[in-house]
Amino acid sequence: MSAIVGLVEHADGAPDRLSLEMLAFAARLGRDLVIPVHAVLVGDGAAAAAASLGGHGVAVAHVIQHPRLDAYAPAAWAAGLMEVIGSVTPVAVFAAGSERGTEVLAHLAARTGLPMAANVIDVPDHAATTSTGRWRIVRQRWAGGLLEEAWLDGLPRLMTVAAHAVAPNEPAVGAARPEIVHLTPALTDNDLRVRVTGRVQSAGDKVSLADARVVVGGGRGIGSAEGFGMLEDLASLLGGAVGVSRVVTSAGWRPHSEQIGQTGVRIAPDLYIACGISGAIQHIVGCKSAKRILAINKDPDAPILRRATYAVIGDVHTVVPAIAAEIRRTS
Amino acid sequence: MNILVCVKRVPATGGRMTLTADERDIDTKFLGFVVSPHEECAVEEAVRLTEANGGTSTVLTLGPEAATDQLRDAMAVGIQRAVLLETDGSDWDSVATAAALTAAIRALEATGGPFDLILFGNDSADSGGFQVGIRVATALDRAIVTGAKALEVTGGTATVRREAPGGWEVFEAPLPAVVAVREGINLPRYPSVPGRLRAKKREIERFVPARVPGGPELIRLIVPSESEGSAEILGTGPDAAPRVVAMLREIGAL
Ligand SMILES: Cc1cc2nc3c(=O)[nH]c(=O)nc-3n(C[C@H](O)[C@H](O)[C@H](O)COP(=O)(O)OP(=O)(O)OC[C@H]3O[C@@H](n4cnc5c(N)ncnc54)[C@H](O)[C@@H]3O)c2cc1C
Ligand SMILES: Nc1ncnc2c1ncn2[C@@H]1O[C@H](COP(=O)(O)O)[C@@H](O)[C@H]1O
Repeated sequence: MSAIVGLVEHADGAPDRLSLEMLAFAARLGRDLVIPVHAVLVGDGAAAAAASLGGHGVAVAHVIQHPRLDAYAPAAWAAGLMEVIGSVTPVAVFAAGSERGTEVLAHLAARTGLPMAANVIDVPDHAATTSTGRWRIVRQRWAGGLLEEAWLDGLPRLMTVAAHAVAPNEPAVGAARPEIVHLTPALTDNDLRVRVTGRVQSAGDKVSLADARVVVGGGRGIGSAEGFGMLEDLASLLGGAVGVSRVVTSAGWRPHSEQIGQTGVRIAPDLYIACGISGAIQHIVGCKSAKRILAINKDPDAPILRRATYAVIGDVHTVVPAIAAEIRRTS
Repeated sequence: MNILVCVKRVPATGGRMTLTADERDIDTKFLGFVVSPHEECAVEEAVRLTEANGGTSTVLTLGPEAATDQLRDAMAVGIQRAVLLETDGSDWDSVATAAALTAAIRALEATGGPFDLILFGNDSADSGGFQVGIRVATALDRAIVTGAKALEVTGGTATVRREAPGGWEVFEAPLPAVVAVREGINLPRYPSVPGRLRAKKREIERFVPARVPGGPELIRLIVPSESEGSAEILGTGPDAAPRVVAMLREIGAL
């Protein structure tokens, strides 16, 4: 019997949300192929997190333990996965499209020489997909700005599941606990050559951009570093955070940590106010999870208007202060 | 310190992507070309490290003849040497790309000595495979750290910081090492006019790469059918403020 193996990341004894999304994706395929889903977990709290996975369709959980695996080490995690593959001979290995999930799977791909598809959103004809045939997958390019249909071959097939491609399943009540298999992989010094050797806490007292309910964004139209004063004022009136386009960070007006988009932060606020931003695809992929977008732009044909819920046509330098003044006047 | 940077030529798409008739490419008739911002930062990092420590800097790309533009862009900001692995411009998959880059790196090192550091972007802008750097490092049996937002090289060790929930994770890698960097690690300089002129005159070395079978195998590209609509216009100029504030109240943002 074969299986789909999924690498499950976890913290404080509970699986991460992106890993649960990946398991929902794997469980659907597993049902169609009539094969079980196995999970692989590494590190402190792995056994506790593994115990909760029955409700997410996991039949067997492989818990990887090793005295030298106290800190995250991508190549060593891949070595652990290799041993699971050796004993389970799965048809596919999945990971979340997270930083670590992607990195570990790429290490596995490099070690095995197998192809790997990052950020898969669908296996479109999954009902007709067989364990041994070719798999047709759809994956994200350009951070989701473009999609690619491709053949993914190799045994096992290696893929990461794009963030938010599927929702996590509600845990099934009364599901059996997965069978737990403990594994201590043979690790070489090279497997542990790169690992986390320290941590630095950030001072973060500001509203985090990724979690902010309101984001006030500024682009080239703001015109200068000083111009961001009015956006900070509006953001503080709304209890929100300031975000920017790449033009702004490239000009050195604002730090890169505020950049929204393909090579910056992905935001998902209730409201995104995009001021003097044209709406390039690489910016849009970072803000398309916003519930509503208010675009303030002097160009009525700017691409951002096709994505926006609301728009004001005009110069940001007069519109933004007028909005702030109106809030103050009416509160 | 001898440093190599790998960059990939990609179209600078604007507000919309249009495909060619066979759906295998972006229609680039009206587009300029760039490299991923991650790779631009990798180039800047290489220039800074060689400015500070001495040594050589080389830029390598697998792509069409036109990718010499991107190689010259890198030389215009201070990279000393450029190598093109010339293709017919079709998209090479991650396995084939990594194999070709690895072979070229071996050839360059056989004649010019080892690279202490090989820099990649964290992910290419167009295909976003998130794997070429790791494949090359593994083939060369070198340590690799990805997601680098800060890089320091001292006494034979590369120390890398990358973002993690609530702060940063620190990784250390012994040289020779491979590091995949993210935008934000530095603020790339703009090329100067003399820099551009110098780059224009430089020789570009060429190799013919071998294409190994790999995957995933592209079937077709698809423009996502995201809801595009038209925005409700709340007004023009500062007079729109009352309607904006009414909307903010209505949706509970105030
Ligand atoms: C691989 C790659 C990755 C990228 N990643 C990112 C990314 O992560 N994030 C990102 O943002 N970009 C990214 N970009 C860049 C992106 O393609 C655009 O170049 C960028 O988003 C444009 O920024 P902008 O909208 O501020 O500037 P512009 O496109 O120049 O638009 C300025 C807008 O402001 C309006 N305007 C000007 N003056 C005023 C005024 N006084 N009042 C009102 N409106 C005014 C104009 O009408 C225009 O619509 C990436 C590009 C590539 C190739
Ligand atoms: N054709 C190429 N030529 C040179 N470097 C490349 C090429 N493709 C990818 N790379 C490098 O590999 C990194 C990761 O690419 P990818 O695995 O496609 O996301 C990129 O940021 C580049 O540094």
